[in-house]
Amino acid sequence: MVETSDIRVVRCGGSKVNLTPPIISSDSRFVLCTSGDLVKVYSTRTEEWLHSLQGHTNQVTGITLNPANHLQVYSCSVDGTVKLWDFIDGILIKTFVIGCPLFAIYVSEKHTGVLFLHVSMATDSKNECFQLVSVHLPKSAEQEVEAKEMSAVSSHISKNPSCTAFGRGGEYIAFARHLQLNVYFFRKQKTYSFSLKATDKKGAKNAFTCIACHPTDDCIATGHEDGKIRLWRNFIHKKEYTYSTQHWHHNAVNTLCFTPEGTHLLSGGIESVLVQWQYGAGNRKEFLPRLGGSILHISASSDGQLFCTSHSDNKITVIESSFKVCGVIQGLVKGDAVLTDLMIDPRSKALVLNGKPGHLQFYSLLRDKHLYNLDIVQQEYIYEAGLDQFEVVKAAFDIKGSWLATVEERGKKSSDLEFFLKLWAFDERTQSFVLNTTITAAHTDRIISMCFSSSEETTMLVTAAEDSQFKAWCQGADADTQQDQNFWSCDFVGSYHKLNPTNCSFSADSSLLAVSFQEVITIWSPDTWEMLTTLCQPPGVIRDLCFGRLSCSKYLLGTTTKNLLCCWNLLTCELEWSTSVDVSKLQPDPFSENVAAFSYQSKHTDLFVFKPSEPRPLFTNKNVCSEKVHRAVFVPREEPLNSCDESTQWLNRSQLYFLTQNMDLLTFSTATEEDRMLSSSKQLVIDDSVAVTPFYLLLGKHRQQQQKLNTQSHPVSDKPQQTQGSVTIKELLHTPAHVLPAASVLCSMFVNSFLISNTGVQQDPLREEMDSEKEEEDSEEEMEACDSQQELRAQGSVDEVTPKLSKAQERELKRVRKTDFSWMAGLIDSKP
Amino acid sequence: MGEFKVHRVRFFDYMPSGIRALAFNRDIERIAVARMDGSVEVFHCSDRFFQEKIIPGREQCGIEGLSWVGERLFSAGLNGGITEYDLTNQKVKYTIDAYGGPIWTIAGNQQGTHLAVGCEDGTVKLFEVNEDKIQFERNLDRQKSRIISLSWHPSGSKIAAGMMDMIQIFNVETGHSVHRLLADRGVGTSRSKECVVWSVVYLSDGTIISGDSVGMVKLWDDQTGTLIKSHNVTKCDVLALSVSQNEDSLVAGTSEGTVVQFQFISMVLGKDDKEWVRTRTFKNHTHDIRAVAEITTAVVSGGMDAQLVVRPLLDKVEVRSAASALRKIHFPHRRLVSCARKSGLMLFQYPGHLELWRLGESEGKGSSLFVKRNPEKLLHLKVKGEDHIRCSAVSPCGEWIVYSTASKLRENTLHGLKHFLFLFFQISKLPMVLSSANQLCFSSDSSHLFSASAQSSVHIASLSQSGCKFVGTLKPKSGSHQAIHLLAASEDGKWLASANSDHEVHIYNLQTRKAHCTVPVYSSAVTAMGIHPTTNCLFMMYADQQMCEYSIEQKQYTDWSRTVQRKGLHRFWMERDTPCLNVMFNPQNPSHVILHDTYMLCIIDQSLPLPDDKTQFYNQLTLKSLPEEQRKSHSHAFKVCKTFKDILCVELMSDQSLVVVERPLEDVASQLPAPIKQKKFAT
Repeated sequence: MVETSDIRVVRCGGSKVNLTPPIISSDSRFVLCTSGDLVKVYSTRTEEWLHSLQGHTNQVTGITLNPANHLQVYSCSVDGTVKLWDFIDGILIKTFVIGCPLFAIYVSEKHTGVLFLHVSMATDSKNECFQLVSVHLPKSAEQEVEAKEMSAVSSHISKNPSCTAFGRGGEYIAFARHLQLNVYFFRKQKTYSFSLKATDKKGAKNAFTCIACHPTDDCIATGHEDGKIRLWRNFIHKKEYTYSTQHWHHNAVNTLCFTPEGTHLLSGGIESVLVQWQYGAGNRKEFLPRLGGSILHISASSDGQLFCTSHSDNKITVIESSFKVCGVIQGLVKGDAVLTDLMIDPRSKALVLNGKPGHLQFYSLLRDKHLYNLDIVQQEYIYEAGLDQFEVVKAAFDIKGSWLATVEERGKKSSDLEFFLKLWAFDERTQSFVLNTTITAAHTDRIISMCFSSSEETTMLVTAAEDSQFKAWCQGADADTQQDQNFWSCDFVGSYHKLNPTNCSFSADSSLLAVSFQEVITIWSPDTWEMLTTLCQPPGVIRDLCFGRLSCSKYLLGTTTKNLLCCWNLLTCELEWSTSVDVSKLQPDPFSENVAAFSYQSKHTDLFVFKPSEPRPLFTNKNVCSEKVHRAVFVPREEPLNSCDESTQWLNRSQLYFLTQNMDLLTFSTATEEDRMLSSSKQLVIDDSVAVTPFYLLLGKHRQQQQKLNTQSHPVSDKPQQTQGSVTIKELLHTPAHVLPAASVLCSMFVNSFLISNTGVQQDPLREEMDSEKEEEDSEEEMEACDSQQELRAQGSVDEVTPKLSKAQERELKRVRKTDFSWMAGLIDSKP
Repeated sequence: MGEFKVHRVRFFDYMPSGIRALAFNRDIERIAVARMDGSVEVFHCSDRFFQEKIIPGREQCGIEGLSWVGERLFSAGLNGGITEYDLTNQKVKYTIDAYGGPIWTIAGNQQGTHLAVGCEDGTVKLFEVNEDKIQFERNLDRQKSRIISLSWHPSGSKIAAGMMDMIQIFNVETGHSVHRLLADRGVGTSRSKECVVWSVVYLSDGTIISGDSVGMVKLWDDQTGTLIKSHNVTKCDVLALSVSQNEDSLVAGTSEGTVVQFQFISMVLGKDDKEWVRTRTFKNHTHDIRAVAEITTAVVSGGMDAQLVVRPLLDKVEVRSAASALRKIHFPHRRLVSCARKSGLMLFQYPGHLELWRLGESEGKGSSLFVKRNPEKLLHLKVKGEDHIRCSAVSPCGEWIVYSTASKLRENTLHGLKHFLFLFFQISKLPMVLSSANQLCFSSDSSHLFSASAQSSVHIASLSQSGCKFVGTLKPKSGSHQAIHLLAASEDGKWLASANSDHEVHIYNLQTRKAHCTVPVYSSAVTAMGIHPTTNCLFMMYADQQMCEYSIEQKQYTDWSRTVQRKGLHRFWMERDTPCLNVMFNPQNPSHVILHDTYMLCIIDQSLPLPDDKTQFYNQLTLKSLPEEQRKSHSHAFKVCKTFKDILCVELMSDQSLVVVERPLEDVASQLPAPIKQKKFAT
């Protein structure tokens, strides 16, 4: 039982990007948003994820630009720290330790060196009570500073961070809670409060939902639950304050934002329509409809040219000030519930689950990027509450990723259940799944479980349904169908004592099929459709079933509703071991013998990772999260880790992601992994994000090649290697324009520098050779860590490279010799 | 409380007339209202908006504008005349023709020296206000199109005039136009339509604010003649504008029925650069708002839907109370129905005619009775001449009908009604003294007619088969000469009480025909009064919902009245927003006083204890649930019945049945013209 501290739960990949308002850098090139424990930096033009600011150890709850330096950003997190970053280079500049969980951060230009933070006041989490505090940042050169100088501004703070806003130039701060609006003036140190009635005769719901302050005028815009927007003025008077009311939204206004010039007010709500109100012109407004999910946050860039809206479907939309959508940053879509299992597409290694209604989404966890949506239902989805519409409830991939089976159903609540089983073939040409077969009445009742056989040769689908039958489906078995198209049809119908099946599973080599019928597990041979044996361990209905893998393939694991985890040996058909644990999810790792089991006990979830052959768990993590876990998946790593530590070894080949009931996608990360990512992030340079202009392509490519040469072929060489072209270009660029010779003189030389010389052609195979060598080197280097003997070989490889090096050097020397410096002579001549 | 047979009368098709103009006089806190039928009403703003004075209109007399000059009230209308009103006697003083065709607007300057009227022929005519009359002075430069609206600069040196498509600024001294401000027409199809500047307001800082038919409220600078800012308020017309006294707030009435408020607010707190900002929107009307007035603590608006809405501005109200609540005035604060108590007849007073109805009969028992005989309309009496009826009465015996227009008093005898086979009436010759009456009342034995006349005097005429004979005049000993609006005669024919609009109540002894005494003057107007048949106490209701009982014989307040004053009335009673309109007494139970206002019927049992603020006011349901013996301890003097709504009149007949005349507001609304169609969300 190793309780290790170097494995911890992180939010990494597929996290919410819509938790806090995104911010746009002052040059409008980057969008920053919080995503789990990270702050992500996206390019506004290409929508690409550039890099992330990593360092917080819990959910990041707020980001804001440093008003003193627009290249820096403050972030606050539940872990109780505020960090200052250089977001362009992704460098952590400073950490301020506050010491209590932080929920929002505000800054103002007027208050330099002061941060305003939302902290939770109450000791128990149920009675949520938030406080707005100002924190003076100590001036210290150290990396990590404790900021203890706190003073409370107000304790009447809504837990919604958008209910607090700074007024004109930081003169005052406005915050609302329930039905009360408070304005605190810093200079006078006085709070004015205004309250509204909860409801009125016409049924208005007046609770505040968001606040925005006009940048230059003393005007506060508030959004309300019934969709009204009020503009408050004259709020230094207790009685003579006044407000005007606008009403367009039919439901709560989620967010409000003034443009930096103050000419417009932007508002958004559940309608997913961005509304632009002209400030001071009453009712004049513009709309940008059909933006997807409901709008949660709006932010504007400091020059007012770009707006960003974040949506409930985990999306950030970049909008130009002319009301044109110019970019969409899509995160992992998590609806109200994920009905399908978490799956991994074997081809793209992407995570597959429910996305938009009626769709399956493909999400790359490694690149943390939404790949595409696959429309399963192929019907228009109507956004209206209470409608019973088709939803994808089950999906399964075969082992090669060439087949996808989906089940969609409708009428869950009503008695007339309607469902389709669909089979999709992967089309190599279009690189996507194409509908192959639709089976309208696959079963007479709801499909409970579905799995593909895992053998490479024949693909077979088994579905188990509540009509107490399981069916096996094969491709092309039906002779009536046309020859060129292979449709799926039913191959076998099995049942056992009219019991309802609960689960089905194929063994790793597809030689066995296990179907559980209530308390009984039946083992079938898929070749002959003969029932081989039955296993039973009462009491309790079987919930999960899985076969062991690799060396443990003789074991079958099962969990029951009566909190029993059983392991049968299939060779002896006997119970190997069983233990009493309430397993909510049993997830085998497809690349190792490991099986992960999530158990829910006394209001928190524990994780056990074990091998079926060994009774002792490899890894135990108590209190992973406080909710039940029903979905989990092992995601293969791109490059395996090489940790030797027993407790982290199970994470070497793949990574375990799991989804909590709050729809948080969490994973485990090891300390070594984090260190590596942290160090790599610091090497990132601004060049990655420079806009790809033609000139950049010209110069940049060249430089990259050169860098490659430098790093690959001459790791030990100290000599600076400069190609002729780059020298010329550098000269060109660094010499002041007025001392340069005429363009006509330079032109031929400049063009020449880009021509592929004869030596260059020769160079190409050489470089390929070197690249392959580099790969070797890399793989060797990985082994280095665990095997010190390899060092010798590595040195040897360096030795091997040296003669080639000299060759290259020779070539370079030749080229340098050939360099035409005549233009310099002309330059000197021209001078008096 | 007792049980009554109730005649629920809904066949009185009274239609209040739409409001055309409002004028507020800040000094005397009165607001004058001109209606479509030409009548002018004066409301007292600080006395819970009691309708103090009603000057009935005439046929074909469309008033377009009202203006106060000092305490004098002027109106101008489409008949081309300017009318001054005699507010003391509640009648038209004189009318002079302006000779400029129909007059669209009238405005007096703040100095009180001149009146300006805008005429159809494009002239702005200036009239000098003299002691007793107005005198035409001169014309300003004549324009091509009609003058729709006028506003004086507070200094009185300039006038802004709204016309078709433009606003002209005149120098009053020279009479020449200084600036011409062109108002834009609407876009699209309305481009071909002229833009009518319905209203202008000239502020002391030189800003001119205009409201036009395009739906814009525009702010202009009078120095440069340029547009400063324009607010699009509505898709239809902005019909009325009004600015507050200190020029920091402006209200605009639109034809959508909304009132939009603008406030002059500094955009950066603590600095002086102020701007007009649109703030609140009030929607209390269903139809066009033709007139708005911003009074000190409220916005008053009136329009086609004939209701006067007083919307308080809470930021200006010092203490929130029932007096400063939202108030909608639908019906006049006078009785339009009189009942012949002994013969079961009802007289309905319409502006141009009278209707006499006989109540139906019923049989059976229970909560709703079977109608045996339907009510019957006996008489439809049209007024001779153009004047509208000011007041009317039917004698308790049902043999006499009397009505008065602004200039003439007429009386009809109804003979043979008891046989109702021969129905004929005879117009009696009335003595000349009884030329016009402000209020009319019969004695309880129908032998005498009391007619309130000028100078707060009451003329008495005796009635007999042969006709009507002037008997004498009752004059108050001293006091004001305001017109009497209430008369009450005692059951025994000994006493007569009169109340005038200066809140004075005089009591006369009819036997000696001398003034008996004067009830101490209270600060609020008397809205209803009655003399108790057995004790001869005068019971008075005031506009501020207070009540008094005054013993005529002892010339002092009764003990019960003093108790009421000492203990104070219940909060719920004080918060009612319509005045009590009638006081009746139940002869079978002398301790009961029956009162009613627009929304409720109340019986006050003077033998029971008075409620204090802690007791439950509407306690009938609680009492019902209690056992008999406990009821006594929980009951209090006020029994309120809210079964009836929109009550115009309640009368107790001599056969112990109640007549309740209702005029449901839905019926009134259904007879109004269709409002502007507006898109409503989710329809």
